[in-house]
Amino acid sequence: MRAKVYVTPRKGILDPQGRAVEGALKSLGFGAVGNVRVGRFITLEIDAPSRAEAEIAVRQICERLLANPNIEDFTFEVAAE
Amino acid sequence: MKWGVVRFPGSLDDGDALWALRDALGQEAASLWHKDETLGGAECVVLPGGFSYGDYLRCGAIARFSPIMKSVARFAADGGLVLGICNGFQILCEAHLLPGALTRNRSLAFVCDFVNLRVENAATPFTRAARPGELLRLPIKHGEGRYVAPEDELRQLEERGQILLRYVDESGAATDAANPNGAMRSIAGVANERFNVFGLMPHPEHAVEAALGGVAGRKIFESIAGAAR
Repeated sequence: MRAKVYVTPRKGILDPQGRAVEGALKSLGFGAVGNVRVGRFITLEIDAPSRAEAEIAVRQICERLLANPNIEDFTFEVAAE
Repeated sequence: MKWGVVRFPGSLDDGDALWALRDALGQEAASLWHKDETLGGAECVVLPGGFSYGDYLRCGAIARFSPIMKSVARFAADGGLVLGICNGFQILCEAHLLPGALTRNRSLAFVCDFVNLRVENAATPFTRAARPGELLRLPIKHGEGRYVAPEDELRQLEERGQILLRYVDESGAATDAANPNGAMRSIAGVANERFNVFGLMPHPEHAVEAALGGVAGRKIFESIAGAAR
């Protein structure tokens, strides 16, 4: 199985990187842009007998290491390969 | 008093911490390797500054799973004294031995400067050599030092007196201009609920001799040495 994990700064947590990128986009003329957040995209392969079991493992992986629940949210997708 | 200073791959300030403890303060201090599983009889464990594991993923996120951290967590649970400086503070937060998290500075810039800190609670093992409200001048050098925690957690920290140090200006006021990284409530250092684990972004080990620009860091180490006696 292959998993794609997206980690983003939690809503309400100041994201200075996102704010700097947003400022740069606006100065480039993309005035319609708003609420830019900069996060992290992680891919990984995992051996699991089923997609459901892979999802359980990936959730644990996110909670234990890939995201810090104090400051970050995560979502993921698992697909058979 | 016996101190143990942990060295992770990427630690930078363990040498300075050992020097400060042994040469400047006359303490007995040993270096501990991150793969060690025991703490060598240390009465206070120091997690030093640096960039453990290259700061990969998040600062401190990987170091917290080092073999020695299991012993540090057990030691802390038994009431042992643990001091985390800069990256050590980040590791303690990642390990849930301290509340909150440290995020990218508001300015996005690495800051390297002297700051003024106000001692908010002088009745702890880490600050008892200082007077309440005393100002300490210590160096900082970090890119990810902005302390954040949920609002209700901050309120509890405040009520229980767990905020030990705040960034202030020269007159002792916690102004926005005196906040070097945008830390919530100007927090520079927090303790756990039992007051045996303390993390701070400023570097007391770099301020133990007048030739280094100040001696305010001695207050932290002397507090701890006095507390364990």
